[in-house]
Amino acid sequence: MSQITLLVNGRTHTVEVDPATPLLFVLSDDLALKGPKFGCGLGQCGACTVLARGQAIRSCITPVESVQRTEITTLDGLGTLDQPHPIQQAFIDEQAAQCGFCLSGVVLGAKALVDRTPSPTDEDIDRALSGVLCRCFAHTRMRKAIHRYAASRRA
Amino acid sequence: MRTDLTPDAGTALGSAGLSRRGFLRGSGAMIVAFAAARHAGLQTLVSAQGINGRSATALDAWIAITADSRVLAYTGKCELGQGLYTAQVQLVAEELDVPLSRVTLTMCDTSATPDQGTTSGAQSHPANFNQANLALACATAREALVRLGADRLGAPAVNLATGDGAVFVRTDPSRRVAYGELVGGKKFMLNLDAAAKRKNATDWKVLGTPVPRLDLPAMVTAQLEYVHTVRVPGMLHGRVVRPPSVGATLARVDEASVRGMPGLVRVVVRKNFVGVVAEKPFQAIQIADKLQVSWTPGPVIPDQATYYDHLRQDRASRDTYLLDSGDVDQSLRAARQVVSATYLHPFHMHGSVGSSCAVADVQPGKATLWSATQAVYPMRDTAAQLLGLQPGEVRVVFTRGSGCYGINGADTVTYDAALLSQAVGRPVRVQLTRRDEMAWENFGNAFVIDQRAGLDASGTIVAWDYEAWSPALGGRPGYDSPGNVVTGWLAGFTPAVAAPRTPAPAPNTPLSNNLNTAPSYVTGCVGGVCRGTGTVRSERVLSHRTVSPFFTGPLRAPERFQNTFAHESFMDEIAAAAKADPVTFRLRHLRDERLRTVVRSAADAAKWEERPSPRPRASAAGVSRGRGISCVLYEGDNGYVAIVAEVEVDQATGTISVTRLVGAQDCGPISNPDGVKNQFEGGALHGMSRALFEEVSWSDQRVTSVDWRSYRTFAVGTPTPAVDAVLVNQPSAPANGAGETAITVVAAAIGNAVFDATGARLREIPFTPARVKAALSARSAATA
Repeated sequence: MSQITLLVNGRTHTVEVDPATPLLFVLSDDLALKGPKFGCGLGQCGACTVLARGQAIRSCITPVESVQRTEITTLDGLGTLDQPHPIQQAFIDEQAAQCGFCLSGVVLGAKALVDRTPSPTDEDIDRALSGVLCRCFAHTRMRKAIHRYAASRRA
Repeated sequence: MRTDLTPDAGTALGSAGLSRRGFLRGSGAMIVAFAAARHAGLQTLVSAQGINGRSATALDAWIAITADSRVLAYTGKCELGQGLYTAQVQLVAEELDVPLSRVTLTMCDTSATPDQGTTSGAQSHPANFNQANLALACATAREALVRLGADRLGAPAVNLATGDGAVFVRTDPSRRVAYGELVGGKKFMLNLDAAAKRKNATDWKVLGTPVPRLDLPAMVTAQLEYVHTVRVPGMLHGRVVRPPSVGATLARVDEASVRGMPGLVRVVVRKNFVGVVAEKPFQAIQIADKLQVSWTPGPVIPDQATYYDHLRQDRASRDTYLLDSGDVDQSLRAARQVVSATYLHPFHMHGSVGSSCAVADVQPGKATLWSATQAVYPMRDTAAQLLGLQPGEVRVVFTRGSGCYGINGADTVTYDAALLSQAVGRPVRVQLTRRDEMAWENFGNAFVIDQRAGLDASGTIVAWDYEAWSPALGGRPGYDSPGNVVTGWLAGFTPAVAAPRTPAPAPNTPLSNNLNTAPSYVTGCVGGVCRGTGTVRSERVLSHRTVSPFFTGPLRAPERFQNTFAHESFMDEIAAAAKADPVTFRLRHLRDERLRTVVRSAADAAKWEERPSPRPRASAAGVSRGRGISCVLYEGDNGYVAIVAEVEVDQATGTISVTRLVGAQDCGPISNPDGVKNQFEGGALHGMSRALFEEVSWSDQRVTSVDWRSYRTFAVGTPTPAVDAVLVNQPSAPANGAGETAITVVAAAIGNAVFDATGARLREIPFTPARVKAALSARSAATA
């Protein structure tokens, strides 16, 4: 067990954990965040995605010790129910979800993409979300939501 | 608009003890003792399939009005990610004339909601949006409020109307009384009135409109509670250790192998069930990985490479004639031309993105289970069996899960958590590994389907002969069979299997085409009653149900997906043999007007070019384009759908690109057009994934498709076809399901489009590049 200091959604947390613990378990169990979720534990589905310094990473295969003092954002930290982040609003506007379990991977993967590529093509979206699964297959609406967000950001 | 369906993590335990009585008292409404209402008004209404449960005849079991005129509604049909929460809130708001924001809907909690069995089988709309159950409760409540309003306002009921949560005089809306004033502090004390008048669908203002999903803002901002996010005080973390292979039994557990590991609370063994409980999730993983467990191998299971042959040869089958006109062999002998083909479908898995999870708090004489089960009352009863409790001592709280599409691991993991919690006497959370989810869920059935049809000289089908072999083991636990899923079986309960029966008895009940075992093109006559949708009178439908080496269960459009793939692919083969256009040929053999309408609508929307398949002058090399159609009346009575697929086939690589899916759907009166579209889009792409990629694999008795590399699907970042749907609204028809229609017809439409493009016929799912190339080669051999 070690003391680990994390910067999550703008707040500092110190936790006492095995440093090899995957970041996901610390976020969901110790910090009780609801955004990142365990889907596969193998980095294959994207449900556990968080942003680490703006990059989408898979928290289920990221040892917590490797992201100490790294600025981490989860889906919980983007916007609120009353004031959703513009990308969250775009997903609401397009009704781009069904069960919603995959949204950390889709929304944060897309946000990381649009932050570095303000006018993403479909091919850019394909690359960014090639490791993100949605088994309800809300794919077409999600793509529309990403384009909508990118357009709103340029406006 | 805020929704009240997202209990905070910290309140989860508190809500476990919060009875409906307390909730109503706290909200200042009249007190409804749910248990009393249930016992006063319960009537057994278990359907043939047990899908819709015991239901409740007491109005107070469904609807309560608070003093401030809010409506509290209670439903046993749960939100599985498909928009049913929103649609049911729309229903309540519409029928009771209150704004959406004043409806609070409680779903699937055995301490609060009626027993509506299982949320499955596309039965939620048929059950709750027709003249029964929730819809009838709303209509009964509205009429009761009008009667009370008549007394209060001193005006005859016929002169009254309802709006904005009040009863008022039509000619003088200032004379009004709010619902809360009429029933404050009182129960309705009424039974559902079968004659209560619902609003006409043509008068709907809220239902029938594209109300945005009420839960979506909470979902996308990570505020929605899933069973995966439930945290209760004192909660521990469990991990199960499954056998290495199907049928294996426990030989020995070496507890010393994990002694002293950090966080270990207990190693739990019950018959063949093995699990560990630890303080932290990562500790539970490490302990489970280290625990030395030895197993005795189970019976040998057939080799996957020859499994379809094995299935066909398995003599221990339960045989059923759904139809037999008695003259099929004769008709085929007399036919001008006989077409025959065999279709193969592998085991498929639900493959939820989130592996299944549950939280259980089992104490002596009392248990609370937070579960994403689709069946809270059956779960209550079977968990009680497993735990040695009375059903009334178990509370099951439905909490959202990852999209399930049938019986994924949600039920079995609920048993896992319950067994582990009972062993340690503290709340335990269990989430399955990806491997345990995929290796042990109840797979969708494999199928071998032989089809034969006879054509006369005019190119009309004169006989249709279907014979299928399909394995099954277990399924939904229902109210009494916990052994139908792996954990119940490991704990000592047995799974349901079909008792062998050969030969099949002659059919003696009118056709129920619930599994779409009969094709759409036969008359479906038994004893002079003809319930089929088609014109072919000489008809035989024979099924052989064998015992599966794996647990099986309903997977989105269960068996209907497999049967419809075979029927609609074969119809295309017959049309090609008759050199007829596939749409025209279908219409020629369909007599059901609504089914004909969706076929025509889909074809029109796709700008269908009338001609036989394959496409004339299709190139035998390079990229070739084609289109195919498929249709079905889902479950024989629950939604009409047709879809046209457009594809490009790269004949060098055998790769299929589906470029467009356009369909038409008629599911009766549409509750929420955008919700139906969302289901159509998702179902169509889900079907495409199953048609092109998905297949359970195994070797050496062990399932080997255990992650997203070994069980393929397609990512969000994949070029996907545009999906369009024409929604045929039928305001005066009964409400049908809409979640399983599109998926049912996609595979055949794609296969038929590949045939149109290339002349190569695909008869085995999934349509892998290797199988496409083999079909292309077979085409060359046939024409050489």
